[in-house]
Amino acid sequence: MSAAEQNTAVAIRELKIDLASSGADIVEGIVLEVRAGEVLGLVGESGSGKTTVGMALLGYARPGGRMTGGEILIDGRPLSAMTSGQLRQLRGGTVSYIPQDPGTALNPALRIGRQLSEMLDVHAPGTSEEARRARLRETLEEVALPADEQFLARYPHQLSGGQQQRVAIAMAFACRPHVIVCDEPTTGLDVTTQARVLETIRDLARSHRVAAVYVSHDLAVVAELADHVAVMYAGRIVERGPRDVIFMRPRHPYTRRLLRAVPDLAGKRAVIGIGGRAPLPGHRPSGCFFAPRCDLAIDRCREHFPESTEFEAGHTVHCYRAEDAPDEVPTTGAPSPATQAGETVVTVEHVNASHGKKQALFDIDFSVLRNECVALVGESGSGKTTIARCIAGLHSNYTGDIKLDSQRLAQSARHRTTQARKQIQYVFQNPYASLNPRRTVGQTIARQLRLFFPVNRGETARRVGDLLERVALSADAASRYPDQLSGGERQRVAIARALAAEPSLLVCDEITSALDVSVQAAIVELLRDLRIQTGLSMLFITHNLALIRTIADRVLVMTEGRIVESGPTTELFGAPSADYTRRLLANTPSIEAALGQVAAPSE
Amino acid sequence: MSTSVITAESLAEAPPAVGQRRWAALLRATMRQWRSRIGLALFLFMTVVALAGPLIAPHAPTQFVTAPNSPPSSQALFGGDVLGRDVWSRFLYGGRSVLGMAVAATIIGVGLGLVVGLTAAYLKGAVDEILMRIADVFMAFPQIVLALLLVAAFGPSVPLIILIVGISHAPRVARVMRGAGLQVVERDFIKSAEAVGEPRRRIIFGELLPNVTSPLLVEVGLRLTYSIGLIAALNFIGDGIQPPTADWGVMINENRLAVAFQPWGVVLPVAAIALLTIGTNLLTDGFARAMLGVERGE
Repeated sequence: MSAAEQNTAVAIRELKIDLASSGADIVEGIVLEVRAGEVLGLVGESGSGKTTVGMALLGYARPGGRMTGGEILIDGRPLSAMTSGQLRQLRGGTVSYIPQDPGTALNPALRIGRQLSEMLDVHAPGTSEEARRARLRETLEEVALPADEQFLARYPHQLSGGQQQRVAIAMAFACRPHVIVCDEPTTGLDVTTQARVLETIRDLARSHRVAAVYVSHDLAVVAELADHVAVMYAGRIVERGPRDVIFMRPRHPYTRRLLRAVPDLAGKRAVIGIGGRAPLPGHRPSGCFFAPRCDLAIDRCREHFPESTEFEAGHTVHCYRAEDAPDEVPTTGAPSPATQAGETVVTVEHVNASHGKKQALFDIDFSVLRNECVALVGESGSGKTTIARCIAGLHSNYTGDIKLDSQRLAQSARHRTTQARKQIQYVFQNPYASLNPRRTVGQTIARQLRLFFPVNRGETARRVGDLLERVALSADAASRYPDQLSGGERQRVAIARALAAEPSLLVCDEITSALDVSVQAAIVELLRDLRIQTGLSMLFITHNLALIRTIADRVLVMTEGRIVESGPTTELFGAPSADYTRRLLANTPSIEAALGQVAAPSE
Repeated sequence: MSTSVITAESLAEAPPAVGQRRWAALLRATMRQWRSRIGLALFLFMTVVALAGPLIAPHAPTQFVTAPNSPPSSQALFGGDVLGRDVWSRFLYGGRSVLGMAVAATIIGVGLGLVVGLTAAYLKGAVDEILMRIADVFMAFPQIVLALLLVAAFGPSVPLIILIVGISHAPRVARVMRGAGLQVVERDFIKSAEAVGEPRRRIIFGELLPNVTSPLLVEVGLRLTYSIGLIAALNFIGDGIQPPTADWGVMINENRLAVAFQPWGVVLPVAAIALLTIGTNLLTDGFARAMLGVERGE
């Protein structure tokens, strides 16, 4: 065994996992290697099979799945040859796992100290009480948590989300694993917390020479953390290689499009979405799975799935057009146009709002002009959604004035005039919950039309068709139910519903946070076009700073119920004045910052 | 009586799936089970007997055709009853009233319970408290005791019995519908409807109701089962349909003293009521199981 092979902690060879019921492949042909001390970023959008591969390293096939081919070697030992007892010892011992949501991974009924020591009991039995205590302390110190009795006696619900995640990380590293699988462990966390958690994972992986597989949809996070990157699409790895190569000289058209969909903190380019949607298991085409959405596809792409081609050391691509891909001229999307803002549409004056007895907003003061996009940015709990709900009349426990065209609005939507309700439209964060599942898309939009306009049946049908077309959906979507649509399509329906009222202000509450980046980019493009066409004003609420850069004219930064900074987007990003804004900017993961340069492909 | 394993909470937790496809899937999953097939067959058979019975009855229900309590003969297929009327004919005539009253009571009970339950779920707060505490008071009485109490106060009459049985169902239905509704009102499409100023009534019946149809259907089946039993019992006691009208409950009462030597006058209506309730209950149970399965994605 050569030195290089000895170093390989994880090797996956031609892994194939099928759906047990239909035999459709969930993932196929997965080839990966991770060396000790290295972080592999496994990147893909939802449904790409990245979590399936991650779980396979723990010897699990996902529910309804079955491993039907290939091999997984951990420290050179094949998982398939292990007994269930050996697998149990492997999980948590040799291979450990950091879950996406620590809130559900920690037992809510057990104290932190108990949970941590249980972990040590299982995988390092027989050690003395003294040694175990020392180990426990060491483990907690590694993740920058206090190791005193008081902390160990706490229950998971008494910790913040970031602390919970660090406890989960401590548990994962406690038994000195050789391999660690992280399944989007920072998804639910604020950027500040995320930055600390990522740093902890990176430092621990390096210092303990652990091979880490970091599963994520967030390219910026992966750019900051990973040494190698593998990009997954529809159950296959389409491209893998060293981080710098993947981010700076990507060759697979999917990787290239994906990178262009990621909003850029430097604000040099507009995001461009990817049309269409990834094929599901059982519905995958015979050729390259990306061919139907690929501008470069040729006949050959539609016939056979491309074999891997190696370009430089360790950089392999599954694409017939990989040679030509870098020459592809990007469909240019200019950054959001500087729009001519008009008179004031909505003014928020001295608003103080409470949730029960707890005050959530303190003296909020701002206005939105016609044809302007104002971004409201803040971390979770900053009160940004509360403001949005006050404006929309969904949160009525506030004092102060909210004015529409200088007319004071009643607190609750119920007491507002029809005209006021029509002018302010709200788009919700989660398109899976904001559409009535028992109504077709057409019924949902038609209802909105009938509420605000005296329209007859034929006219309604025509306008529903028009609205769907404006949000780039085909007219036959009208007869579909929401669960027959993808997340992005649902969000388009929600936008169409809002547009049906012909509003002057669109309140968008984190409308892309439940969506994949390529879909997010497409929605952002749509909103930009709508603004140009209709002169709509927008209040865009988000926690994603990079996204603001591509969409907003003006930014309000919120924390703990107060606006700490506001100003034109370019100025605020160029020279933030509040400490909080600076910290937020510094902690926001960015591909450019990670690579130490601006790295838009083909530029 | 009920073999149902389903609670309101377990029904409402699962996220609702699609419109038509969902109903087709539910129907298929329901009909795949033996219990539902048997239930449907029993229910349809007994309904046909009750509805078409009078058309094929050989005699009028009040016509004296044979000697009192006489055994089966060529004149009377199942013998004569306590007054010498044809048991078979009275049996065939006696189903309509039970079934009709039960259906009417179910409609009243489920309708009232639905309105109260969904209103409580949507409005929450004081309205919810008041409605549900009133329901608790009603539920403190066993249904039959409540019914007897009200009949004692207002005297026996068919419309009153229907109303009473319906009202005694309402709090139970209300509690289930409130539970199902609570899961739905928190979702954003309700907020969305509020933001555009949909009237409350429309939010409750246009947005909320379509999302609780499955537990509602289970309630309909369950309450129909209970209604049949309860109404037959009230008629038996003599608080409902009055003799000489033919009715299964009344028949059991009339013929029970002679059960030792002319059992048919009791056996036929008892068997009919039993088969009808078993049928509706099996069908309901099959549907409820199918619903859980479909919503778990099986």
